[in-house]
Amino acid sequence: MFARTLGATALALTLAGAASAQEQSILVQSTTSTANSGLYDYLLPIFQDKTGVQVNVVAVGTGQAIKNAENCDGDVLLVHAKPSEEKFVAAGFGTERTDLMYNDFVIVGPAADPAGVGGMSDVQGALSQIAEKGAMFASRADDSGTHKKEMALWADSSVDPTSASGGWYRETGSGMGATLNAGIGMGAYVMTDRATWISFANKQDYQIAVQGDEDMFNQYGVIPVNSEKCPSVNVDAARTFADWLVSDEGQEAIAGFKVADQQLFFPNAPGN
Amino acid sequence: MSDAAAMPFAQSVRSAVPSVLMPLRVRDLVLRFGEITVLDHLSLDLGPRGCTMIMGPNGAGKSLLLKLLHGLMQPTAGQIDWGGQGPTDVTARQALVFQKPVLLRRSVRANIEFVLKARCKRPGESAEFLEHVGLSHKADQPARLLSGGEAQRLSLARALATDPEVLFLDEPTASLDPASVLAIERIVSDARNRGVRIIFVTHDVGQARRMADDVVFMHRGKAAEHSRADDFFPDPQSSAARDFLNGRIVV
Amino acid sequence: MQSIGDALGLAVALVLSGDPDLLEIVLLSLRVSLSATVIACLIGLPVGALVAIGRFRGRNALLVFMNALMGLPPVVVGLLVYLHLSRSGPLGFLGLLYTPTAMIIAQVILIAPIIAALSRQVLEDLHTEYADQFRSLCLSRVQTVQALLWDARYSLLTVGLAGFGRAVAEVGAVIIVGGNIDHLTRVMTTAIALETSKGELALALALGMILLIIALGVNAAVQSVRMTAARQAYV
Repeated sequence: MFARTLGATALALTLAGAASAQEQSILVQSTTSTANSGLYDYLLPIFQDKTGVQVNVVAVGTGQAIKNAENCDGDVLLVHAKPSEEKFVAAGFGTERTDLMYNDFVIVGPAADPAGVGGMSDVQGALSQIAEKGAMFASRADDSGTHKKEMALWADSSVDPTSASGGWYRETGSGMGATLNAGIGMGAYVMTDRATWISFANKQDYQIAVQGDEDMFNQYGVIPVNSEKCPSVNVDAARTFADWLVSDEGQEAIAGFKVADQQLFFPNAPGN
Repeated sequence: MSDAAAMPFAQSVRSAVPSVLMPLRVRDLVLRFGEITVLDHLSLDLGPRGCTMIMGPNGAGKSLLLKLLHGLMQPTAGQIDWGGQGPTDVTARQALVFQKPVLLRRSVRANIEFVLKARCKRPGESAEFLEHVGLSHKADQPARLLSGGEAQRLSLARALATDPEVLFLDEPTASLDPASVLAIERIVSDARNRGVRIIFVTHDVGQARRMADDVVFMHRGKAAEHSRADDFFPDPQSSAARDFLNGRIVV
Repeated sequence: MQSIGDALGLAVALVLSGDPDLLEIVLLSLRVSLSATVIACLIGLPVGALVAIGRFRGRNALLVFMNALMGLPPVVVGLLVYLHLSRSGPLGFLGLLYTPTAMIIAQVILIAPIIAALSRQVLEDLHTEYADQFRSLCLSRVQTVQALLWDARYSLLTVGLAGFGRAVAEVGAVIIVGGNIDHLTRVMTTAIALETSKGELALALALGMILLIIALGVNAAVQSVRMTAARQAYV
């Protein structure tokens, strides 16, 4: 009796789980920087009201998001690492890539500013100075869009920080939020996208040290996953979502998203 | 409950025709654990009916002999022959009541029903067996909360529920009060009278006198003596048995 | 340590507010982890019982293996399940990735070894007590397993509880196969991970406290059942 009841319960629960399938819904593989800022909580209800398409978001690092999309585990890819995105499209996994919006990266640091980089706008100079002083710097080191951007900036500054890994250069191998928590915990500088930083709640005495360099712009692109590679893709809904994002209406919605009265993302889809 | 055995018992009565498992022939039975020899070329013949009491000092190998006869263990050497069959072939036609009752963590009734179901019998028969051992009023109580005497009566009822041709009892009344001992003895005697072959290990000389048709006295891993009860108690042949009956220490 | 005080206040406020999002997350956590526990028991208990009563070659090696599986890292389980359920994986056609079912599957794999290994210990102890009696009754292997499982039922509840505890507390597996999708696959632990990554440490801690209260509730319920059973000497 006991065992039979257990069995019935298990079956009922499993069926209940399988039943939550979705007809008109799509899955977006995206980044923690967009999700954690609250952008989707703001955008998606507007889109859903208009089209009735349910959008679910998986927020991981850009590297993992691309990998997941290559495994056909998503209908739309919305990330920020242009070279990787172009490779994704070239390999046939995506139909086409469209610039969507940008925000920028900043380097945040403790109020004490041990490397004396506070107020600088020259990111290469700032990074060189951090390396020279051996001031602690926490890197995500997780193959995310932010990490790729950081590595490119180090290369431009002719510094190889990984040779100091474990010393002043700390590779957390974690997401943006976890790396900020870790960096703040150890008094290290951290490069983060502005959106994440503004909405980040555990700032303690940290403030933006370096900002404003054009090299630190952070371009987001949107790519519908190619149904030729991935027959499971909900082509129409994915198309609808991507088109809406780059339309006048979508672009205005992105511009209208504010946290603490600050605009976090700047729409720049072509033709707008 | 003291007159439990006097209650009507509607169980399918085993006829007085002896079991085909009898006679029992044991030849040169040896049981060794490493250096220690427990049974040392023990030979024994048991007749078709009645109650055989196995007596002897602690460590004589009485309990282990029961397990070997019942097919729960393998001997180191020697033969056991139940009317042409080996002990493991006939286990299901026998029952063993252990010194310490092993009761399932269920109600009194469920303990009986468990063996009835295992033997493909109607669980409803449990009522008869409980009545027979005077436990009807405790049917729905947890078995492991029974007193020592009640627990052993339940254990005995469960053994009888398998409808055994041979019933082994391994000191079932050790550490029970006199009333419980008598209740158990009555149930066993009743089974014997209905044709169940009883093989009963005891330390209690008084119990042996009350129950025995014949007596096997074990000493140093052998059956030192096997006589009819009428001969054994007045005039034991071995000195060890004589000392035992006289209350002297036998090792 | 001011954030612990904040968290406590926040936890109380959250519970009192009856926030529907919170309720949804709590219920999904319970549904996923309870389902996983029930299914893991259906798999783990018979395995534990057969190993408990069995005497066969390689039994010791199997025991070592079962005990080692108890230490499976959730992330590894999550990854294995992801690779199988991914659209490009062998079971991708089922479309289960990023559903509660995928989370249940991952947790079943995670805790079935725990149920099997712990129940093996419990059942072997009980079998030591029953073995001679059962052999005397000539019970078949199936009858023996059934009787052991039934008679150990209250001890096995504790085993199930250990499995449930691990399932409801783990984040590594469900965040990979569930994706932490709001209103779909977000459970307590992935919500805690999310709030931590947003720097909302007090909120994360408050959710942790609520999770603890749920775990306490489940444990208390099982404990009261056990105590009733103990009074009847059924434990």
